[in-house]
Amino acid sequence: MHDASARSAPYVRETSDTVAVLKHAPPETFLRKYVFSLDHKVIGKQYLDLALAAVLTGMVLSWLMRFHLAYPTTPIPGLARLAPNAAAGGVMTPELYLSLMTMHGTIMIFFVLTTAPFAGFGNFVLPIQVGAEDMAFPRFNMMSFWVTCVAFLVLIAAFFVPEGPPLSGWTAYAPLSALGKDAGPGQGTGQTLWAVSIALFCVGQLLGAFNFIATTLDLRTRGMTLSRLPFSTWAWFITSVIGLIAFSVLLPACILLILDRVAGTSFFIPGGLVVSDRLQPHAGGSPLLWQHLFWFFGHPEVYIAILPGFGIVSHILPVFARKPLLGPRVLIACLISIAFLSYTVWGHHMFLSGMNPLSATLFSVPTLIITIPATIVTLLWIGTLYGARLRFTTAALFCLGFISVFVSGGISGFFLAQPSIDTYLHGTYFVVGHFHFVMGVAAMFGIFAGTYFWFPKMYGRMMNETLGKIHFTLTFVGVYCIFMPMHYLGLAGNVRRYAAFTDDYMKGSLPLHRFITAAALFTGAVQLIFLYNLIWSRLRGAKAPDNPWEATSLEWSTASPPPFDNFGGRHPVVSHGPNEYGVTGPAGDYVMQASPARPSGS
Amino acid sequence: MDVLKLTPRPSPARTGVWLGIAAIAMSFAAYTSALVVRQGSAPDWRHFSLPPVLYLNTLLLLVSSGTLELGRRRIVGRAPQMAFMASGVRWLSLTLALGLLFVGGQALAWRNLAAQGLFLATNPSSAFFYVLTALHALHLLGGIAALGYVLGRVRVATPRPPAAALDAAALYWHFMGVLWLYLLMVLVVRL
Repeated sequence: MHDASARSAPYVRETSDTVAVLKHAPPETFLRKYVFSLDHKVIGKQYLDLALAAVLTGMVLSWLMRFHLAYPTTPIPGLARLAPNAAAGGVMTPELYLSLMTMHGTIMIFFVLTTAPFAGFGNFVLPIQVGAEDMAFPRFNMMSFWVTCVAFLVLIAAFFVPEGPPLSGWTAYAPLSALGKDAGPGQGTGQTLWAVSIALFCVGQLLGAFNFIATTLDLRTRGMTLSRLPFSTWAWFITSVIGLIAFSVLLPACILLILDRVAGTSFFIPGGLVVSDRLQPHAGGSPLLWQHLFWFFGHPEVYIAILPGFGIVSHILPVFARKPLLGPRVLIACLISIAFLSYTVWGHHMFLSGMNPLSATLFSVPTLIITIPATIVTLLWIGTLYGARLRFTTAALFCLGFISVFVSGGISGFFLAQPSIDTYLHGTYFVVGHFHFVMGVAAMFGIFAGTYFWFPKMYGRMMNETLGKIHFTLTFVGVYCIFMPMHYLGLAGNVRRYAAFTDDYMKGSLPLHRFITAAALFTGAVQLIFLYNLIWSRLRGAKAPDNPWEATSLEWSTASPPPFDNFGGRHPVVSHGPNEYGVTGPAGDYVMQASPARPSGS
Repeated sequence: MDVLKLTPRPSPARTGVWLGIAAIAMSFAAYTSALVVRQGSAPDWRHFSLPPVLYLNTLLLLVSSGTLELGRRRIVGRAPQMAFMASGVRWLSLTLALGLLFVGGQALAWRNLAAQGLFLATNPSSAFFYVLTALHALHLLGGIAALGYVLGRVRVATPRPPAAALDAAALYWHFMGVLWLYLLMVLVVRL
């Protein structure tokens, strides 16, 4: 096997003291360097830039929705020009509201919360953290990004087809999503583009997952045993395993959905359905089948979004606490059990689908059990902080923020896990507040923490810490102002997915909705500080040293930014775990993973 | 430090194929459960007899796994010798031909079904027949492409065979055979 691998290696670089077998030659043309790059670091940055474009799009959509919710009769300047039919006079129709909601959810969950923390940071950092010069399959890696990019463009194209984007929500429930344009504006070409986009996205992420798993298993450098893997790499590895299974199920679901839409099959469309005064030419399909297939993917997807955040926080907290993470093995065990349990809970999204109450109980129990490993992880972070002299960098602050919003959102999950309480809360803003906290904002805080932490390594420059702290403080207050009141609205019976609350019994909620809208616009505007910091620091930030945070893992043993083969022709030899903080080392209170082994007996 | 010590211990190609097998198995598990749920969801499932050519195709695919193994062992099994390499290449070429024959045979099965008036949208049973067989054929075409690529490299790289790539392609090919046996069982039992 050794012989074969050596022979098939396409490129060998010799330096003065070593010979390295490289996955591919150094990039020389512009296209290979910046566009169709095989380098995992470039691909990681491309994923992050894609996520940035996506998150800005998704945020603008949420602003439009929030404005309409707060002022349902006030025209939005310019909207009439963008959507002459769906927003005549600048006031959006309920159908346009649903379209914006669908696109917001789809863009945020697939193209932000999956691409940034998993594909983006994972691509850049994982191969360096295991001591490899690139991913196991660089060409698949490049394809992974470009397929995902095309998927994003296909989704965005739905804005530009005559009837506009689909309105069936990010979950695309059948039969609404499986019928053609009879089902509403955007349910024609727009919905087909949605299904094609998500199918392509699945392919892109599967290619990424192959790479992450094979790289972690096969390309670890000498001494990098599984127990010495940094926690972030563990989290990306476990996330890839979840993704491998989840996207393998969503892809068939999307293919069957596309066939129902374009080939006249009846997988998801029941018989005798009359929509828009027309008897639909389908019979016998099962709408619940779509829900099962979708949520079998959908719930694990929640963990695909959040587990990288767990890894990032577990990786960053010890660096700034200057203490080893409490219970590293317990942490890994918890991540693995979360991954297993994530496949047993999908039915809790379907308590209102008319399922047998016994099935509801069967899904409720693992939903409550999965909170145990999640709680243990949170306690490990708090235990790590206990007695620590925390260095309050922006990255550390966002880790603290992550813990805060994850706990706030997680606690409302306990209520929703009970079928009886969920029956009341499921269709209300309580759920909107819950998932935005626990998955949306928490994952975003993980992305922010990762950005402030790894930016020096990515671009060789430091980000501005003062701007970072202002960004953190205002964002932290902002997100609580947006999503905490939603829980109260939900308890008060404020239904979700409605375009406007103009009926008598809902009018009382308008002042709170206006407050939320003001908070959302404010928090969105605060992100301009981040954007400015990001662009300014890329161009003008102070030069970053190799290891600005005094961290232990391998990415800090190489240059900032690393050379194309990560370690300049050397393969690091690992003699230590990633958790050696608060000890006496050659450079201070830490020992780097690539430091030489201590003489025995010391 | 020499080259060998720096190369990865296990073969990423092999790991990659195992991961692909996991993903493909998972996706066909999803199709199977969709089939079972759909069959039970409404009384409109029409049973039909499978085109007999499927059994001949099955035989072709099983034989192709055997010829692939014969070829693979000649190429990577022992110290490379030109005579062995040449006969290995012949066995691999035969495998490729059998794979293409299988896909052609599946196309015959589709024509047979169409002649009976059974199209993709006619009935859920025919829909699943087309979906399952077409996706399997598509995956097998991937295997044919992989094997063709390896075959090209065997000729170029002689006498240093691309062992890891050949092993990986062979693993995938055998899995395609196992997957087909599973699908045939599902089709026989359910359609």
